[in-house]
Amino acid sequence: MEIALVLGVPLAGGLLLALVGHRRWAPEVNAAASLLTFAAAALLTARVIADGPMTALDEQFFVDPFNVFLVALTALVAFTTALFSRPYMRIEQHHGRVNAARLRLYHSMYQLFTFTMVLSLLSNNVGILWVALEGATLSTVLLVSLYRTPASLEAAWKYFILCSVGIAQALFGVILLYFAAEKVIGPGGSSLLWTHLYAVRGELEPTVLSLAFVFLLVGFGTKVGLVPLHNWLPDAHAEGPTPISAVLSGLLLNVALYAVVRSKVLVDGALDRSFSGGLMMGFGLLSVVVAAFFLSRQRDIKRMFAYSSIEHMGIMTFAFGMGGPVAAFAGLLHMTVHSLTKSAIFFTVGHASQATGTQSMAQIRGLIEQSPTIGWGLALGSLAILGMPPFGVFTSEFMVLTTAMHEHPWATPFLLVALGVAFAAIFGKMQPMVFGEPTAGRLPHAPALVPVFAHLTIVLLLGVYIPPYLADWYHQAARLIG
Amino acid sequence: MSLSAQIVNLLAALLLLIGFAMLAQRRILTLIHLFAWQGVVLAASTLIVAHGTGQAHLYFSAALTIALKVLLIPWVLHRLIDRLNIRWDVETLINIPTTMLIGIALAIFAFALATPISQLASTITRSTLGIALASVLLSFLMMIVRRKAVPQVIGFLAMENGLFFAATSATYGMPLVVELGVALDVLVGTFIFGIFFFHIREQFDSLDIRHMEKLKED
Repeated sequence: MEIALVLGVPLAGGLLLALVGHRRWAPEVNAAASLLTFAAAALLTARVIADGPMTALDEQFFVDPFNVFLVALTALVAFTTALFSRPYMRIEQHHGRVNAARLRLYHSMYQLFTFTMVLSLLSNNVGILWVALEGATLSTVLLVSLYRTPASLEAAWKYFILCSVGIAQALFGVILLYFAAEKVIGPGGSSLLWTHLYAVRGELEPTVLSLAFVFLLVGFGTKVGLVPLHNWLPDAHAEGPTPISAVLSGLLLNVALYAVVRSKVLVDGALDRSFSGGLMMGFGLLSVVVAAFFLSRQRDIKRMFAYSSIEHMGIMTFAFGMGGPVAAFAGLLHMTVHSLTKSAIFFTVGHASQATGTQSMAQIRGLIEQSPTIGWGLALGSLAILGMPPFGVFTSEFMVLTTAMHEHPWATPFLLVALGVAFAAIFGKMQPMVFGEPTAGRLPHAPALVPVFAHLTIVLLLGVYIPPYLADWYHQAARLIG
Repeated sequence: MSLSAQIVNLLAALLLLIGFAMLAQRRILTLIHLFAWQGVVLAASTLIVAHGTGQAHLYFSAALTIALKVLLIPWVLHRLIDRLNIRWDVETLINIPTTMLIGIALAIFAFALATPISQLASTITRSTLGIALASVLLSFLMMIVRRKAVPQVIGFLAMENGLFFAATSATYGMPLVVELGVALDVLVGTFIFGIFFFHIREQFDSLDIRHMEKLKED
């Protein structure tokens, strides 16, 4: 029942907004649909915590602590981003960057994108997970090119081609997985269900599974933005509307990583776990290091934070690659705090570039003078994402680092150097933007800053104190994947 | 080897030949025809496997392939190049003989990769897995070496064909719900590509991807 609501609300919202998405009150409908989704996700979470894992509709959907945690996070960030998008898109319309038809497309696709995200998470079928992830690309690609500028079309084309090709590799991985499972479970629909696959994972053919995992990692890893498959990510984040940058970083990357982690758990059952773990640690570490060094070369503010997303996805991939309860706990916590912090940063960045009329960091100056809330939001958000205590990012990064020191000491210098370089780059660029001579003008609508500070407060609280029920929930999820 | 297995092997060989032909083809219109023929071969092999094994849902899958990949998508592409008036020759980044040589190397690589897995297959069509993988890689190569947007898209669709062939040859097809989902994605993707072509041409007056190399790292 709750599952039907979580899936049905965004789907219905998307269809409704396809008809009325251009009206004056459409942003409120969008936010309301997202709020309903979030409420349904909260109900679902409460149910799973009380009753344990469950399946629905002939086992086509399933919920366990790992995916319900991500459903809740996804619905929360989708809701706050919808709140942010209300004034943001109104200001864009005021500036003449979008017209009514494009707003309708935007609102409808926003809901459909949320739908594909929860569908990927809740589906028990690997094939449907694949379909939904491809659907996520299809629903956002026209949003990346919403402004129809040459740069945005180029970014959308790149996003479309690279992600489609990447995900086609994952489809081959799914076929191989099915090939291996069919021998044990027999042909038919149930051979692709995660629950059935997990039950027989020890009997699956190891050679096929190892090849399948490579294809799945490359395919879904393209969507996670792992180096060297990350080329689409900075462009898509920089050229689309800012709420889309926020949900790409806050939701899509997480869900793609979810797919990788699920595949890893499956493959670990049949193979020596150092195979999948080693691959993920390698990709993760490469992403962290390469992204950190690209950070300092960026001039566009959204591009810079997009590279920061690659860096953080690298940290999570590395953590899940190490495996074990502590690293998995740290990875899950990092997923949460990164989603919340990065979307909060994109909210402030969106308003900051609207106020100054540019995304070039050299021309954004003195935000704090013109609008103290935007300025403080950016300053605090940057400090949080850089892993300053007492924010939650510090906690999770600290756990990843200490586990790495203990189990894989060779990796720690790379991680430490990369984190240091990232700190210098972002901090150095953030300071003149926040302080300095102001260049910002006034916004025609009041900016949405409640979501920013709500996110940062949660991240701060998670850094200081993780409530026992939340910790318990993380532990349960970490046990599933550790 | 049974008759149906022999026919499937023949069709697999045809699929590989079409893959190479697409790689060598310079004209966009012929490229679309080749893509449609690839769909025909795919549907035929699916039908043979369906007949040989009695898997009912494969008939459905073959019908889907004919409707979508032989009729609808080629028709949409035809309309598109008519409306956009782009029947010009395809330009490639590398000359065609070199591309073919790389293609041959890829095919050998695909066979080497698929051999250990094919041995495990119990299906009548197991020897074709290597060909399926080779078709996927050839389409991949085509997307890399073509400069114009339309051939890149055809390359992408051909890659999807190769993947479907892999699914039927290694496993008698994926579960129906997954196949339907994948078909839906391909269909929606094709329409979005179509919309894209108009946007791109409006902006750049050309469908040459070279115009879209402004977003570089600096």
